[in-house]
Parts: sequence; C-alpha cells; structure tokens
Amino acid sequence: MATRTNGSVLAQIHVEQSIFRLSLPGADDTLRRVLPNGITVLARENWSAPSVVIEGYLQVGVLDEPSDLSGTASFTASMLSRGTRSRSFAEISELVESIGASIGFGADRYTTGYSAKCLSEDLDLVLDVLADELRAPVFLGEHVDRVRGFRMTAIAERENDTRQMAGLAFRELLYGDHPLGRDVLGSRQSNKAINRDDLVSFYERFYSPSGMVIAVVGALPADEVVARVERGFGDWTGERPSRPGLPEMPRLESLRERRVPMPEKTQADIVLGWPAMRRLASDFEAARLGNTVLGVFGMMGRLGQNVREKQGMAYYAYSRLRADKDPGTWAAVAGVAPANVDRAVEAMLAEVRRLRDQPVPEDELADSKQFLTGSIPLQLETNDGVAGALIDMEWQGLGLDYLRRYADMIMALSAADVQAAAREYLDPETYVLAVASP
Amino acid sequence: MKPLEPVRKTTLDNGLTIITREMHHSPVASFWIWYRVGSRNEVTGSTGISHWVEHMLFKGTPSFPPGEFDKAIARQGGLFNGMTWIDFTTYFETLPSDRIDLALRAESDRMANAAFDPAEVERERTVIISERQGNENDPEYLLGEALQAAVFQAHPYRQSVIGWQSDLEAITREQLYAHYRVHYTPRSAVVAVAGDFATTSMVARIEELFGGIPSGQSVPPLKVVEPPQRGERRVTVEGPGTTAYLEIAYRAPRATDPDFHAMVVLETILGGAKGMSLWGGGTSNRSSRLYKALVDTELASSVDCSLSSTVDPYVFSFSATVRDGRSPSDVEAAMLAEIDRAMAEPVSEAELAKSIKQTRAQFAYSSESVTDQGYWLGFSEVVADVGWFESFLDDLAAVTAQDVQRVARKYLGRTQRSIGWYVPTDGTDEAEKQ
Repeated sequence: MATRTNGSVLAQIHVEQSIFRLSLPGADDTLRRVLPNGITVLARENWSAPSVVIEGYLQVGVLDEPSDLSGTASFTASMLSRGTRSRSFAEISELVESIGASIGFGADRYTTGYSAKCLSEDLDLVLDVLADELRAPVFLGEHVDRVRGFRMTAIAERENDTRQMAGLAFRELLYGDHPLGRDVLGSRQSNKAINRDDLVSFYERFYSPSGMVIAVVGALPADEVVARVERGFGDWTGERPSRPGLPEMPRLESLRERRVPMPEKTQADIVLGWPAMRRLASDFEAARLGNTVLGVFGMMGRLGQNVREKQGMAYYAYSRLRADKDPGTWAAVAGVAPANVDRAVEAMLAEVRRLRDQPVPEDELADSKQFLTGSIPLQLETNDGVAGALIDMEWQGLGLDYLRRYADMIMALSAADVQAAAREYLDPETYVLAVASP
Repeated sequence: MKPLEPVRKTTLDNGLTIITREMHHSPVASFWIWYRVGSRNEVTGSTGISHWVEHMLFKGTPSFPPGEFDKAIARQGGLFNGMTWIDFTTYFETLPSDRIDLALRAESDRMANAAFDPAEVERERTVIISERQGNENDPEYLLGEALQAAVFQAHPYRQSVIGWQSDLEAITREQLYAHYRVHYTPRSAVVAVAGDFATTSMVARIEELFGGIPSGQSVPPLKVVEPPQRGERRVTVEGPGTTAYLEIAYRAPRATDPDFHAMVVLETILGGAKGMSLWGGGTSNRSSRLYKALVDTELASSVDCSLSSTVDPYVFSFSATVRDGRSPSDVEAAMLAEIDRAMAEPVSEAELAKSIKQTRAQFAYSSESVTDQGYWLGFSEVVADVGWFESFLDDLAAVTAQDVQRVARKYLGRTQRSIGWYVPTDGTDEAEKQ
C-alpha cells in the first residue's frame, strides 16, 4: 500500500456529522403504511426538483419458474407494457413518453421490479398506467412473438460478448443445477418453448398485491402519495402460493475451472470467485469492508493497484460482493490480453491471500471505512438514489433506521473482523474460475 | 418549487473561465474542469494522445504521488472520473459539500504539476492498449470506428478518441508531456461548479488556487474544413457473432449553428428524447417514428438516432440492431424510408409539442443531480457557451414544423450519407439473407 505522504492536504478538512444526519432517511421522515391487501407503501418528500420517482417490486421471480422454462419471469415482466385490457401497447407508449415519463419492469431471482419517473404534475397518470400494466396485461400473441425475437437477439449478442459469457460460465460452474443458478434471460431452447399460455398461467398464479412494495420519492406530500397508491392498487386482491424451500447448495470442495473459447476476439475476460454469505449474515458488513479494500476503494482497491497500476495488465480489475436472502457470491473480475490471463489470475489470488494472511493495516482500513460511510450523501442526492435505498432496506428487512445506524456499524469493524471474513469465504486453493478468451 | 439559481460566469485575469450554479437541495457539490482538447486536436501518428494524457493526470504530481489522488477523494466519500471526447477532456469530483475544497486543490495542482514519470507512462501504455482491445471485442464499436473514418476525409473527427493501436505503441513520454503543456492552461480551461456552496467564496477560492498559474500560449485555431461529400459512402466490417448491426451517418451542423435546434427536434421525433443523466437510463423510445417503423415491424430489435453537440460540424447518426433472422438490407431500406418521409412531409404539431415536453422533463430531472448539472454547464461552455444551455428550451420551443422539414432536406439527402454494416461471420446462412 502506498503511504499517505501528503496528510497535510487533508488537515484543513473538518467534518460536521450533523449536516449529513439531516439527509439520511429514517422512520421519522419516511411514511410507511401497509394497506389491507398487503401492499407496503413508502413515501418520502423531496421538494428540490419538480419530479417524482416510483420504485418497487412484487413477490414473483426466477425462483418461481418451471425448471424447463427458464426465462419465464423476465419474459412475463417484458409483456406488462405490451397492452392491457383497456390500452394497447402503442397507446401506453404514447401516453407515457409524450409527457417525458418512463416506466420499466424487470425480473430477478426473487422479485419482479418496476420503476417509473415523471414530472410531479403527471404522477396520477403514471400511477394509473402502472397499475393497469401490473393488474390487467393481456399477453397478445403478436407481442409474445415480438418480445421473443428481442430475447433471441439478446441471447445471440450475449454469445458474442466475452464479459457476459465469462459471467454465465461462472454461474453455471458455481451453481450447477441448483435453482439459484437459473439464468434470468434463459436459453435459446427455453425461450423458443415458452408460449402465451405459459406466460398467462405464470402471471395468474404469481402476480398479486400480497407482499408488493412501492416507494414514491419526490415533490408530493407523503399522505397524498399513500392515498393515490390506494386509489390505484387498493382494490387489487389475491395471494400467491407460497414458495417451496430451496435444497442446500452443494459445498465447493474443489477448484472448478472453465475456458470458453471465443475466436477472433481481442481481449479475455476473467471471473474468479466463491460462494458468499446471506445479506443478513453477521459477517456481511465485515466482508463488504474487506471487499472495498480488495477491489473497490479509490481506483478498484488492491486489485486495481496490482493488476492495473503496478503491472499495467488491464483497464479494469475489481471485485464485487453480492448477498441476498440466499448465500451470494464474492468475485474478482478483470479484462486482460489473452497472453496475460494466467499472470492476472495469479495476481488476483495473491491479493486474496494477502487479505487472508495479513490483517489490513489500520490506516488502509480507516480509508475504506471513510469511503463506505462518507459516500452515503452522494448516493442519496437524487430521488432515484433515495427510492433505491428505501427499497433495499425494505426488501432486505434492514429496518428504516438502517442508514442512521450504518456509520457506527462500519466504524466498529476491526481488521480482525475483515480477516475472519476473508478466511471464511476466500479460499485461494478452492475457487471457481471462468475465462472467456480468444 | 424553487426555480434554479441563476448561472454566474467569471473570467480570471489569466483567462480561466468559471461557471457556477448554487444548488442547495442536498449537502453535496460537484467540481468540473474542462480543457479544450480532444481527438479533434490530434494528428496522424499520435492519435489517442489526449486520452492518454487524461490517464497520466491520475498518475501523480509532487503533492499527490501516484495513487494518492484517488484515495484522497475516496476517503472523503467522493466520486471522481476523467473523460476524453472529440472536443474536450474533462475531470470531475463530486463530494460532500464541506469537503469540496479538496477537488479545487487537486485540480489546480494537476493543471500545472503532473509528473509524467517515464515508468508510469510505460505501464499506462499497456492499460490503454487493454482498454482499446476491450472496445474491439464489441462489434458496434468496430462498426462505429470504421464508419467515422469514412465520413471525414480531412477533419480529425475521422479518428477515434482512443487512438489507433500502432500510435498507442509509438507515442513517447515527450510527446505526451508536450501535448499536456500546450493544452492544459487556464486560457483553454473552463471550471464548472454546481452544488451547495456560496458563489462569492467559491469563486474567491478558485482564484486563489488557479489565479497564479500562467495563462499559457494560445493554441492556433483548427482551420480544417471538411470538403463537401459528393455521394453515398459504404463500409462493411466483418467479425464474429451471429448478430448484424447497421449504422447510417449524415454530416450535421455544429452546436452553435442556427439549424441546430431544429435538428434536435428532428432527432427527438425520429428516435425519442434523450436522457441527460451521465449514468444513462430513464427514457424509452417506443412511440418514436423509428421504433414504429423498424422494431414494431420486427426488422430490428432496437433502434436509435443521435445528434452530438460539437465544436465543428459532426454527424447525425442512426443505428439499429438487426433482429435475429432478419437482414441488414431490409433494416436499411426501412430506415431510409423514414428519413425520406421526414424530408417529404412536415412533422405534425402534436409531434412538435411532444418533443418539447419530453426535453423539458429531461431538463427537470437533470436538476436533481449536482454532477449532471456541473457536466451540462461545463459542456455547454466548451461546445458553445453557457447561455446556449440556459436558453436551450426556449430555442427549442421556437422551432416550427417548416424548420424541421427544411433541415431534414438540407442534411439528410442521399448523397450526404455514409452507410455501415457489421456482417457477422458465424452462422451467416441464418443472419445474412441477401
């Protein structure tokens, strides 16, 4: 690690914590109301710009798909804007775009998410269209085929993209046939097989207000937001069948490696990683701090320092930690010249060993802690940022006071906590390695 | 709702232009510095030099040794980056507002004192070559680069920002340092700051830190004028994959041209409104003319058009991803038919009103973020002047259907286009049915 030779540069900076506390959302300035049909509404006012952001999710995702029809959840989500009982696709597009608004849908492992943005004067219209799309889609056959075509093209583009192919190979190696490894987009075969009836029955079985969450942030009184959401969604009823538990993930007991040949490409992409913890695991925050040291802080942390700055091997080399309701992944990624793949993997493993074998020096640890806590005001500047934070706290069950507890939690972590997390998850002998390379 | 605070423009004695806008919605501020140098200012044999200089500005000064700048910003919870484009090179830091002084100190320092250590130059050579090779993995990048070189014969806009591989292998430390010394001066720089600060003390502090830097020599203006195009040009790029891509480029007016705003309206009607966030997202174009003609008809899986605001006349380009199983020739024919329609008939009043409302909404969204606002203030001053941004919506509202038809006819003629195809070489029997 480079020593801090220029401490004097920072000496003039004086931080007043109280300023930042004001901008952190909490239970006292975020309205949280659960409607009788199970919808949770989160509303926070922000009067700085004449705009509103809506973000939320329904309890339906990839884990609900029939195992031979992977891609059904995201296919269904793509169909929501393609016509309802009262509006055609063209009418919806014209209505939303002509006021400069946007509404989008997407599925992930557990949920189907949606987001919308508009001028505050147009919120009623946007909520009305959003409710219509979620509650009354018609799945016209013509649009099913059109959307299938987009998906087949996206799959073809992925097959020609080293970054995506390395990521896909990594997930296949790590999860095998386990449901957590299901691909959101699905395969050529499954996308050909999914028909209109499959989409309709998936929609009818799993889309319901129960457990739905909607966050609205922007220039509107919070009480009024709740009333408007109630108008759009209050009379929607129904419950989805409960989701069966998942089988245990098989342990990673030996090194798994795959090289995906992609002739005529110029650069290789590498994903090297491990299974990680759940989001609510007690060592998650320590691992997040360790990941910041490893591959985030400044210019991509120690990985960036080693692979890019010292060895000049890559434009990008960083690490990412993903954790959710089930165990997530902790991975290092890099894009390098094909001749440098082995050297880059060696450098990535060397940094992993260092994080396991040596406690992070106090000043380096303090840097990453300051980054994790100090960057919160930036993340919460816009309506999108606040809505994203509210949704994350609600989904993960962190509590609305999470951001106010966050700084103290991060500051309390020690080098020993980070080292313990690194030792628990980052085994330099047993890992998953996927390389897509010419 | 409070209206936005006015923009203030100040010029220091050494020529440095300062644009400020106070925004007090959140305790953050964004500091941008712009240099009027990009691939537009490069010559054969040293293309990519401006972008490489940008990388070297992260490689240390005597006060901030290599690696210290990015750590110092991150330690304060900040966000930073550098970007190089055809007309400019820019750097920004967004920080909690009580720590923004760090950005001023770091930028004033590296305007004058970047080290260009020879060992760092060599390490960065391979990093940039890796960046170029990552781009080459993307078929649309390869097509765009080839088409740009076909559109321009004389003007340096023909060169890609990242530069050609052989130039990246040959450029020396001395060339890099000389490029830096010529272009990184107060005279050719613009500072733009948006956020939670008091203008008077912000400007005073900028003057304190930048005011002592010598103004630098003036850079002779680029006098190249692209000669007229006398017929359609075609480019084909072949490469791996099974997806074909199409791009059509027309020469377009510069940002300060009286035709520019009518072209923006045309762009919006054909391809939808563009988001103004640096981080992308936020718009769809499903009610646009091109989407209806190419995507609803199942010829393409996506379509877009884009007009850049530039110092010299650049391009208005149209692009499409050919749908699996369709041919680029069908997509091309449908796209050209839409372009012909824009020349043949005036747009409707409803389309005109829609394009203005869409742009108004995007301006409102962009005022949520100090980083976006700092970007637009500085960008506008570099390609036109900050008044261009301030009056943008009014100038757009003044555009008539006749103006739109007139500019379509002036710029989108058959002889003025360059057409590029990316033809995939895997599974060609399926994707390429000529």
